[in-house]
Formats: sequence, C-alpha cells, structure tokens
Amino acid sequence: MEPVDLARASFLFLPLVLLGLLVFPGRPVLRLLLAVVAAAIVALVLPLWLPRGILTYLASFSTMAGIYAILSLGLNSQWGLTGHVNFGVAGFFAVGAFTSALFTTKMPEGALAAYSQQAFGLEWPFLAGVLMAGIIAAFVGFLISIPVLRLRTDFLAIATLGIAEVIRFIFQNERWLANGPQPMRGIPRPLDCLFADPACSWLPARVANWLAPLSPRDYVFFYLVVVALIVAVVYLALERIARSPWGRMQRAVRDEENSAAMNGKNVTLRRIESFVVGSFIMGVAGAVYAHYVVSIDYSHFNPLFATFIVWVMLMLGGSGNNKGAILGAFAVWAVWSGAAFVIDMASPALRAISADLPSRGAYLRWMLVAILLGGIVLFRPQGILRERKKVSDFLPKDE
Amino acid sequence: MSMQDTPDDAVGRRHDDRSLRERIGAALRSRVALGVALLLTLVVFWILGQRNGASLSDLLSLTVWGIMLGGIISLGAIGLTLVYGVLKFPNFAHGALVTLGAYGAFTIASFLPRGPVLLPFSFGWELLAAMVLAMPAVSLVALVVDRVLFRPLRQRDASLVLLAMASLAAAFFLRSSIYLIWGPDFLFYYPGRANPALHLPLGIRIQADQIFVFVLAMILVALTWLLLERTRMGKAMRATADNPDLAQVRGINTERVIAWTWVLGASLAAAGGVMYGLASQLRPEMGFWLLLPMFAAAIMGGLGNPVGAIVGAVIIGIAQQVSSSFINPAYGPGVAFVLLVIVLVLQPQGLFGKGGD
Repeated sequence: MEPVDLARASFLFLPLVLLGLLVFPGRPVLRLLLAVVAAAIVALVLPLWLPRGILTYLASFSTMAGIYAILSLGLNSQWGLTGHVNFGVAGFFAVGAFTSALFTTKMPEGALAAYSQQAFGLEWPFLAGVLMAGIIAAFVGFLISIPVLRLRTDFLAIATLGIAEVIRFIFQNERWLANGPQPMRGIPRPLDCLFADPACSWLPARVANWLAPLSPRDYVFFYLVVVALIVAVVYLALERIARSPWGRMQRAVRDEENSAAMNGKNVTLRRIESFVVGSFIMGVAGAVYAHYVVSIDYSHFNPLFATFIVWVMLMLGGSGNNKGAILGAFAVWAVWSGAAFVIDMASPALRAISADLPSRGAYLRWMLVAILLGGIVLFRPQGILRERKKVSDFLPKDE
Repeated sequence: MSMQDTPDDAVGRRHDDRSLRERIGAALRSRVALGVALLLTLVVFWILGQRNGASLSDLLSLTVWGIMLGGIISLGAIGLTLVYGVLKFPNFAHGALVTLGAYGAFTIASFLPRGPVLLPFSFGWELLAAMVLAMPAVSLVALVVDRVLFRPLRQRDASLVLLAMASLAAAFFLRSSIYLIWGPDFLFYYPGRANPALHLPLGIRIQADQIFVFVLAMILVALTWLLLERTRMGKAMRATADNPDLAQVRGINTERVIAWTWVLGASLAAAGGVMYGLASQLRPEMGFWLLLPMFAAAIMGGLGNPVGAIVGAVIIGIAQQVSSSFINPAYGPGVAFVLLVIVLVLQPQGLFGKGGD
C-alpha cells in the first residue's frame, strides 16, 4: 500500500467508526469494539479496492450528505419533536453560512476591495465562526417565532417560507453586507495548512511526514472528519434531548397540546424553545457548508436545494427519528447525485425526444425528487424508520 | 386542526372583569385596529416615498400601478382562498398554476395566426384567445393533480401538514415540468413591442396594457362573485367551505364541489399568469414570486373569503409599488411578508374572516 493511500485511509477511519456506532446494535462496549475493528478493515480495504478518483468522490459525497444530515437533524428537532412546519430551512441555512463567512474572513484589501465588499471580516477561527453561525441563526429563529409560533401550523409554514425568501433577498441585494449578488469568496478552510506543501509549522515532524504525500485536493478527507464529528455531536445532543424531561414535554405539546397546557406547561414557550434549537442546528449546518465550498452566494440558498430537499430527506428517513434523518439525508443525496450520472448517460435518448432536453437535464432531477416526496406522502408518510416512542431507559420497552 | 384558535364566545363573555391592559390588548387585536394599522402602513410608505424625493404625481402613479398589480394578485389569491376554504390546506402549488397559465397561453398563442395589434394595447386578439384556452388547460392540470395526489390523501383524512407537503411536491413537479418544456430563459409574449405610457390627469403615467389588465381582472372577479353568490354550485361551494360535513349531509356532492373549486381557482390563476406575463415577462419562477403576496392577500382578507382576498390583494399591490419609491424594488415580496406579519400579529382571522372580535 502506498503512503498516499495509507494517509487517506487514516482520515476515513474516524467517520467509519462513527458510522459503525450508529448502525451496529448491542451493548456499548461491544459496539465500540465492533465499530473500531470494522472501520479499520473498511478504511484499509476501500483504497485498495476503489480507484483514487472514486474514493475522493465518495468522500466529497459523504461530506455533502453529512451537511444535509445536520440540516435534516435540525429540521427533525423542530418538526419531529414539536411539530413545527418550517418551510424556511433555506433562510436559517443562509444566515448560518453568511454569518460564519463574515466572521472568519479577512476584510478585502487593496485592489480586491474595489469589487468585493463585506461587513465584519473579523478573522475568527473556524469553530468560533460555527458557534456564532448557530447563535445568530437561533436569534433569527427566536425573532420570527414570537409573532408566528402562537399561530396555526399552516400560518407557520407560510410565514417561514416568506422569511426564507426575505433573507435571500437581503443577501442578494445588500452589497455592503456580503458582496451583494456577487459571490463571497475566500472563506477560510479550517487547518488547510495540513495539506499545504510546507505543512503547518506547529505540526510534529512525524505527522507532517505522514501527511506529506497528500495534496490540497485531498482536503475533503479531513473535512469529512470534521463534518462527521459535528453530525455525531448534534445527533447525540438531540438523542439526549429527546429522552430528557424537556423532550418528553415537547412531544406532549406536539401530540396533546391542550393536555400539556392543562398540566401547567407553557406551550408557547416550549414551542419557541424547540424552534430556536432547530434554528441553531441549521445555522451550524450553514457554517459547515460555507467553509466547505469556500465561495457562497445567495443562489445557493434557494427553496429547492435548501428547504425542499431537506424535507424530502426527513420524510423519507422518518420524521421524529434522528437515525432516520441521517439515513434520509444520505439516501436522498445519493438519489440526487446518482440521477446526475443517469441523466448524463441518457442524454442521447433525451436528445432524440427534444434538442433542448439534454441541457435541461438538471430539472429532471427536481422532478424526480418531487415525485419521491409525492410518493412518500401517499404511500409511506411515516418514512423508512418510524419514530421510537421510548421515553426512558428505565421503562420496559413498549410495543 | 381547528380553524380558529379562540372560540367565539370565550372573548365576548369576559367583558366585565377584564383589566385595562387586557382591554387595550383586545382592542389592538380587532379588525378595526388591523384596518387602521394597514392604512397607517400605506400612509407611512407614502411619506417615506416623499421623503426620498418622489413627487406627488410619481406617488400617484405608483399607487395606481399598485392597484393594477393588486388586480393580478387578486386573481391568484381568490383561487388560493377558495381552495383553502373548501379543502382546508395551504396550496403551495398555486404559484405553479399561475406560471403554467402564462406559459400555456404563450404556446397556444404561437399556434394561432397573429392578428393586428389592438391599439392602444400592445397585444392582438390571439393573446386573448390563448388566455381563454389556457384557462381550461390549466384547470385540467389542477384536476389531474387533485386526482393523483390530493384525493387519496383526502379520503384517508390526512393531516393538514401532509396535504401542504403534497402541494409542495406538486409545486416543484410543475415547476420542473415548466423548466423542462420551456427552458429557464425569459420569454416575452411580444418581444420588443413597446407599450408607451398614456398621460392621465394629475400627472399619472400608465400603460394601456395595465388598464386592460386591471379591467379584465375586475371583470373576472365580478364573474366569480356572481358565480359564488347566484349559482347553485357557488352556494354549494360556500356551504362546503363553511362546514363540509353539514354540506355533505344536506346532499351536496363534495367531490364535485371540490372539482369545481379547482377549475375556478386554476382558471383565475391562469388568467392572472397571462396578465402578469403581459405586464412584465415570463419566467419559470414568476408564480413562486407571486405566492407570498397571494398568501398574504388571502390571509389578510380572511381565509375562504374571496372579497376579502381582493381587498387584501389591492392593499398589498399598492404597498409593494409605493415601497419601490424608497427601497430596492427587489424587496417587493418582502413588503408583502411584512404586511402578512402585521396581520398575523394583530388579527390572524383577517379583515373579513370569521371569528375573533
């Protein structure tokens, strides 16, 4: 095995362990052991088995699916836990992405300043940017929730759709804030010096030697680790929340609002809280996205890519089930990415139908996702994995 | 999901033992207060426009344009509010029906022989014919979508959220079809044909097309009103909107009423789309941009109330146009959203809705 492949494999290890922990059943210690062994084997076998290009594609695919998993988990904490119909995921995603971008970038200087404008530019570190993204998104969610969360579900859906559009308009038109309709470039990637030729100076020589064969193109392997860790943290937090007294209260508010109110629960406050939690997670997802793609503009945060597809993911995976949210994100992103290849291959056939069709192939993917959602709603509204109604480890299993 | 959050009688009975603060709160959450707040918003917009250097005649022109835009929005909003009233879910696919109407008329018009320009307007009779033909075509699409998607859900007594989700799926399905058939580029009914503005008294400048759009919108709205008030089907529709179970018990065929609701809503949406396309240009997202103003108008007027939807649409149209004198016109849908929030905070039942004070 060449050093390049070995170094790449070392990055795959941790995400695979986390995946194993998610998938394998059984006792914690046994599960960890099983996951570590399986991850080590898979991480070593994959580079031998797959060509390098495919492995890189797989890593970038998983990174993007992981970002969507964070979004889907965030939506689950709103819709699955408390029943908020948030059709404005794109708005919170955008707020998170732009916040982190604004706080971590450098103010444009010299010739660059002439055609690139932005506010802030504080050069904060990555994690601080991510945290700030979550906080600002949560704050926006809080502001919105005050007028609309007292209202009916359908009004909330309309209002959130509206707020996402307004947020997109702001980032499209306000040049001073985030370079208006032009993309905001140069968002720093965390620790990208790991892959630079003279690696970061603080790095121990052994690690630097280990990473030396990797080029900046392999950065995605490192970012996959970052995304996997964040997904894991969000997942664990939400699982913990769902079983806490607070989570039980949220479900009570969702299923029997009047009974919850009669038992002295402040329904409005509980609803606002879970909306804010979900907004925070979506903001974090935005930040993770921004630092991955490096250059963002308003068009990334349209209702299709950032709201609709997230809903399809959650509905497919299973509303109310955090594992389902992650599963749905990977499954729908696989369908979405796979469809691109299929449509590409089918382009001669499409050309036979109409000369314009191959260039519009991208819209066939939209149609596919729309049909997928229609099918889920009609035939399996509960999704692949049902909600687990386990409220406590100390109760005997229900069902 | 109940239609109203507060039962009617709960508010009225407690009149005596309310504190001053509660009374002020209740007064603020009344229909009159909402009307005043909306009027005040328009006045503030006017003043802001004047502060930004717009002359009186500019503002008057903008107001008149706003009324025209309101005419277009109201065509969509009536369909939305009827579907909402009869089927009890927010139909996010309504914007796609608007777009479909505009593009459908475009294709139909291209097959018709091109007649002379009907001066002072910018279009010939073929566009009118195309619009009349596009209306049943879009109705058919709406009926098919209902049959495939909404009816099975209805028969299963699916929750409002599932129906809303289904309508979102339908919206994206229709939008992707529009992209596939007509492509993402702008289209014009009559590329390069100018429609010079007429000069009216008080310095108002307005295009003949805009007047036509408004008059046609008003005629369609009047016909809808006649249909709802004077025909058996209209009565059945209103009865179903009011209380579906009672209507069914009284021998009204609910499925037929629903079908006619779709036909009416989709036809008006198609006509609205043609007029919107005539006033600006055809784009695949045009209906989606109108969705927010349409929802705002429908909620402002009280869901299920077509006359209310018209009033709401005109208010929103004026607000959008006048706001362009002091902020970036791109924020138009944002203005609709702000008005929507005002309505939701003060009186979610809307100006003419049932319930509340």
